[in-house]
Amino acid sequence: MHYSQIPMHIPDNFLSLMVSIIGWIVTAVTLRFAISKTNKSLGEKQIPLMGVMAAFIFAAQMINFPVLGGTSGHLLGGALAAIVLGPWAGMLVMTAVIAVQALLFQDGGLVVMGANILNMGLITSAVGYGLYRGMYEQSKPLKLAVIGFAAWLSVMTAALLTSLQIWLSGNAELRIILPAMLFVHTFIGIGEALVTVAAVSFIMQTRPDLLGEGSESASASRNWAWVGGAIALAVVLFSPLASADPDGLERVAIDLGFIGIAADAPYQIIPDYTVPFLGETFISTIVAGVIGVIVVAAVMILIGRGLKVKSSKP
Amino acid sequence: MHFDAFDRYHEKESFVHRLDPRVKAVITILFILSNALLPDGAWIALLFAWMFLLAANVLSSLGIFYTLKNSLIALPFALIAVTVLFSTPGKPVYSFFVFSSHFVVSDAAIVRFVSILIRSWLSVQMAILLVAVTRFPDLIHALEHLRVPVILTTIIAFLYRYLFVLVDEVYRLIRAREARSASLHGHRAGGGIFWRARVTGSMTGQLFLRSYERSDRVYNAMISRGYAGHLYTLNPHEMKPGDYFTLAFSIALIFILQLIGRL
Repeated sequence: MHYSQIPMHIPDNFLSLMVSIIGWIVTAVTLRFAISKTNKSLGEKQIPLMGVMAAFIFAAQMINFPVLGGTSGHLLGGALAAIVLGPWAGMLVMTAVIAVQALLFQDGGLVVMGANILNMGLITSAVGYGLYRGMYEQSKPLKLAVIGFAAWLSVMTAALLTSLQIWLSGNAELRIILPAMLFVHTFIGIGEALVTVAAVSFIMQTRPDLLGEGSESASASRNWAWVGGAIALAVVLFSPLASADPDGLERVAIDLGFIGIAADAPYQIIPDYTVPFLGETFISTIVAGVIGVIVVAAVMILIGRGLKVKSSKP
Repeated sequence: MHFDAFDRYHEKESFVHRLDPRVKAVITILFILSNALLPDGAWIALLFAWMFLLAANVLSSLGIFYTLKNSLIALPFALIAVTVLFSTPGKPVYSFFVFSSHFVVSDAAIVRFVSILIRSWLSVQMAILLVAVTRFPDLIHALEHLRVPVILTTIIAFLYRYLFVLVDEVYRLIRAREARSASLHGHRAGGGIFWRARVTGSMTGQLFLRSYERSDRVYNAMISRGYAGHLYTLNPHEMKPGDYFTLAFSIALIFILQLIGRL
């Protein structure tokens, strides 16, 4: 099977244990939510539908086309899956694809799989669907343009998250990895955008009825538009800033203690010559990690509340 | 294409092949976790980890260097690890300038770089061994026992079951594209990159429609055979005493490995 690798599937041991664990927590919570959502909307039909659709994304990644100088581009599929199947089903489908890539083809590690699913499956679906949903009632050319932008941005977001995770693990300097990853994926993202737009416009022409399926209620879709817009805005504002002044970001992270938590944790678990698993540093690290997760969760819930209030008003 | 075209399973009669898939999955995960926990430059512990891996290779009668031969797959990502060289503080060994940026390679950075490469390489080999000695459906079933949500394991099982069907579909699409892509010698056929991307997108859309309709047919076929939301298996997957013993023994070895790494 020919299937070209894209430097985004993180192998094992390239992330610190703490970053891997946080990746798994975020992924597991999101997937739980996605499972209960798809259960409600699709019922027992969801298993064959999503199973075959996962195989579709996997197979579609094999259709490559020559780009420049012997390199070839192909689909990653996160945005496309979310647009044609809805965001939650898209996430589950991408999760299955990434899991099989890691389990069967060793493309991406097992312990870091949570982070890989987050980067390439969950975030790409959220960005892709959110922006698409925001333009749902617009004219077709505008819609296709936004789909293209969403597909491109989903790849860039994934690249951004990947570089941030590697950096937080203490395995790269931001000033090297961020520009490098973003530069490479600018072009991969353009390929993704072109193929996604062409595929969606093909489906619009032949089976427009399918694109309505898996859609959410009016308020939920407005929430998605907000989520997509917020992530898009964050990436668009953050990437150039971080690329221009990575040292600044590094300083902020050091001040907040994120780097310490993320990079040092694995090496503190069994400190030299102390009782394993009971060291003070380990517990304090865990506590720090838990506090960090709670803070992030609280911020997310507050933002979610704010969005709900806003979107239910009109 | 045959249904197991993508399986990495190697049919052999061996001790490791007969182990319960749960045991193999757990040992693999623990081994990778243990690699992640080893400090930088714990060469002796890494050597022992490699011995553990070689022993597993031998016990599965695939040949002692089976996983070594198949482990180059993780190489592309090693490029990113190069950045480790410039981002670890320590005694400077070598430094250079690119575009007025100053890059310093320290002794600690080299130790860390080599450690990450070795750890990653050992982990990939263990993952390769896992799918070489476990049938993929069994592995999926083991994940289900290990509390992965049933819906996810079922989607993965379906993905695996229908992948070869859809890949056949892809080959048909690619063959059709090639059959229509004649060109005169010395002349380039087709349009620019946008044109090519549009063709690829239409193929992807076509593949989507065919897959979607197939999933409908699959669902109807399942309904007509009495499907009611659950998949059943005839394979009981019972843990035998030997499985428990192997699991305990491996955990003990991995623990000792960790101690060696700390001393």
